Amino acid sequence: MTETDLMLYLHIPFCRKKCNYCDFLSGPFSPEVRRGYLDALKTELRARCGAVRGKRVSSIFFGGGTPSLLEEEEISGLMEELRSAADILPDAEITIECNPGTANLEKLKVYREIGINRLSIGVQSADDEELTLLGRIHTWEDFLKVYRQAEAAGFTNINLDLMSALPGQTLTSWMNTLEKVLALTPQPVHLSVYSLILEEGTRFMEWEQQGKFCGRWALPSEELDREMAHETLVRLKAAGYHRYEISNFSKEGYECRHNCGYWKRREYLGLGLGAASLLGAERFDNERDIKRYMADPLEGRQSQKLTRREEMEETMFLGLRMVEGVSRKEFQDRFHVTLESTYGAVIEKNHRDGLLLSDEAGVRLTERGMDLSNYVMAQFLF
Amino acid sequence: MSQIDQSKIRNFCIVAHIDHGKSTLADRIIEQTGLLTSREMQAQVLDNMDLERERGITIKAQAVRTVYRAKDGEEYIFNLIDTPGHVDFNYEVSRSLAACDGAILVVDAAQGIEAQTLANVYLALDHDLDVFPVINKIDLPSAEPQRVIEEIEDVIGIEAQDAPLISAKNGIGIDEVLEQIVHKIPAPKGSPENPLQALIFDSVYDSYKGVIIFCRIMEGTVKKGTKILMMATGATEEVVEVGYFGAGQFIPCEELSAGMVGYITASIKNLKDTAVGDTVTDADRPCSEPLPGYKKVLSMVYCGVYPADGAKYPDLRDALEKLQLNDASLNYEPETSLALGFGFRCGFLGLLHLEIIQERLEREYNLDLVTTAPGVVYKVYKTNGECMELTNPSNLPDPSEIEYMEEPIVSAEIMVTSEFIGSIMELCQERRGRYLGMEYIEGTRALLKYELPLNEIIYDFFDALKSRSRGYASFDYDIKGYERSKLVKLDILINREEVDALSFIVHADSAYERGRKMCEKLKDEIPRHLFEIPIQAAVGGKIIARETVKAMRKDVLAKCYGGDISRKKKLLEKQKEGKKRMRQIGNVEIPQKAFMSVLKLDDRN
Repeated sequence: MTETDLMLYLHIPFCRKKCNYCDFLSGPFSPEVRRGYLDALKTELRARCGAVRGKRVSSIFFGGGTPSLLEEEEISGLMEELRSAADILPDAEITIECNPGTANLEKLKVYREIGINRLSIGVQSADDEELTLLGRIHTWEDFLKVYRQAEAAGFTNINLDLMSALPGQTLTSWMNTLEKVLALTPQPVHLSVYSLILEEGTRFMEWEQQGKFCGRWALPSEELDREMAHETLVRLKAAGYHRYEISNFSKEGYECRHNCGYWKRREYLGLGLGAASLLGAERFDNERDIKRYMADPLEGRQSQKLTRREEMEETMFLGLRMVEGVSRKEFQDRFHVTLESTYGAVIEKNHRDGLLLSDEAGVRLTERGMDLSNYVMAQFLF
Repeated sequence: MSQIDQSKIRNFCIVAHIDHGKSTLADRIIEQTGLLTSREMQAQVLDNMDLERERGITIKAQAVRTVYRAKDGEEYIFNLIDTPGHVDFNYEVSRSLAACDGAILVVDAAQGIEAQTLANVYLALDHDLDVFPVINKIDLPSAEPQRVIEEIEDVIGIEAQDAPLISAKNGIGIDEVLEQIVHKIPAPKGSPENPLQALIFDSVYDSYKGVIIFCRIMEGTVKKGTKILMMATGATEEVVEVGYFGAGQFIPCEELSAGMVGYITASIKNLKDTAVGDTVTDADRPCSEPLPGYKKVLSMVYCGVYPADGAKYPDLRDALEKLQLNDASLNYEPETSLALGFGFRCGFLGLLHLEIIQERLEREYNLDLVTTAPGVVYKVYKTNGECMELTNPSNLPDPSEIEYMEEPIVSAEIMVTSEFIGSIMELCQERRGRYLGMEYIEGTRALLKYELPLNEIIYDFFDALKSRSRGYASFDYDIKGYERSKLVKLDILINREEVDALSFIVHADSAYERGRKMCEKLKDEIPRHLFEIPIQAAVGGKIIARETVKAMRKDVLAKCYGGDISRKKKLLEKQKEGKKRMRQIGNVEIPQKAFMSVLKLDDRN
């Protein structure tokens, strides 16, 4: 990846049904809205890609929502549009998020044909009762079927999304999910493991406020939550995965280039409803109202020019998400001051507290620091 | 108008239980005596501080003069003196009453007599005022005027059959009130020729005029140039201006003579020189003795007031100085706390006074404050024979130097409907109350009499009372005196360090209970840290309760969605902001509201 590279994100906000924990900008929409939205997305794509001509696209990510809800011709139409509007590198990483309840062999084959080379499957749990609680539209069996189809279609670079610390989950039931995942053949090369966070406006938050998460459905304590996370770390290491970011694990060489780009502050162009972009030192956020977006996809984009200090803050709190941390040399090359002169005291304090490792190469979070990453990162804000 | 016919003056006040409509009636009287047009009326003319309006109570006594043309064709001058409606200001109330010749008793037609009604009426009768009742809110569906009239006659023993039935809010029956003021309230006495004798019932500070004394002239005459002497404080000054009270303004006049109510200015710089209750006389021709009833106002409740941001200490000092100019009953002196840094130990008349001052500091002076748990003044008798008055628990001498301690006791009257008598008695029992007796007011209501330690009622007694009687109990109290008591200092240790700002004095028998609740409360208030934090309560170095704030195990954000970095940054910023509002004690960060947590320890609220 070089300085002139660009990453693309396309937001597909459609879902068959909103999950109970989800606060992303997504939901069920009618087929008419879907068609209208895709037209608007293409309009935006043409205009915005035109404005960044000369940059080569190193990764593309279809996120959602549920991009796998799109019909074969809809996704290939989008891809065609992208190929004519942007200069996509031959080895670009092209990912699509996939819900086991919406994918099938035909779709997966089309994905391969149009150049998609990475699947991110939201399985979340291997326990059907937990899947129902989460409001997922699929079972573990549905997932197994899709996983086999993906292999048949020729996918080798597959990520699975998993969630721990679910209401009613025990260490045993969580490890059971993990074991089932690791028993897959072939083993997925990438795993994203998040512990549940209750977000405002979700049904989960509503239920929590109504006191419904109690007894058999109690939320795991902070202690149990971390126990799950630590057991996960040990188990995945033993299975040949390495952790390269707070919540991401992969087999050697299969780190997600797109997500690493976010943490390293590479330039990216986000297309679609509410999508975010970083271009130069400027951040953008697209219109979040779907009607208004469809009326004019180029209107309503907010922009914020980052100051040098804000760029420093971002460099730290994003860089520290990665296990490799923030390099002293890269910081100095970018800002022409040393990391020490800017953040010496904070680094020293967190080093003392056992949350940060600091050496000649740079700074990175310890395992404990990863558990308490917000606590550490907040201190890097001016 | 140099000569005013004394027989045409009526000096009176209105007494009522809170919310029975005192201020509204005052507004109607002012309105219908034609001093102001309706357009000029603000909703409540007498209450001109924002805070008063919001709380619906009157803080400072004020006065207004209006002119009424009665049905007999004569013009009468009404001086309506407004009195504060809260027990904290009892002394001010008593001085305002002393400035009057009569009082209107307002009773709510639905609620009838309340504890405060009784307390205020007795106070008025004690001052030999002629009291006549009016029944307010007669337009309420639940109004029972006849029952209330009988209640007034039975309980208070004053004639009530011809009490005006009014609705101050809707202007019903006000004419009758005005006529009764003329006929039922006596004209003032006193001779303009006698040596000057004037009662100070309030004073305010004005940056142009200096102190403005609100007074009632009992005897003699005062005018520009009179050399006046404040008999208790000994201050003397030459009068610059005299006048009377328009609605919200001062209207200068030639002279004030016996029977009149008005103001005096005399280039007095310090409000402390013009104590409420003091007697003003002519320095060259003094009266033989001062008016009775003067006493020095003592602070009953103390607490530490600290700026949340240590750098704002000078601002806090300036603000207190300015507030004191207008409120002589506020006193303060600098103190330092290991936990909170530089601040002030402030003395107040009571908890309401404390809350009002605190709110004014925050609102009018834009200060962010940390206040410590309020405490009362204890008397500590030491083995060496000395007696010290303790206002700050941190200054308690070593137990070995203490012979014994005394705490202030109040006599309390609680009026309650019979169904709640049990739970209120239980509450008083829990608060170390001594039962004195009970009187049935009528079939369903009773007046409970208790003696209670002041330190048991300054925190949340009123809230507890209300919640245990579903809002029906009313309460009034009077300071009775000091009594010997088994008191101990309860210390709180956070991460094994004593936090001076959290110490308080408590009765030995409730120390364990309070310590336990305090630890529980603090455990919820203090966020998790990188390490485990023990929270302990101790008496005399012995730990009596403990809770633990577990070490922080997790503080991590979920998925960083689609490169939406701004949202993530906002979360981190919020976290950082939260930290700024914490106090660092040792290596523990304590949220400021934790210092107030001792205030709300009643489980049943």
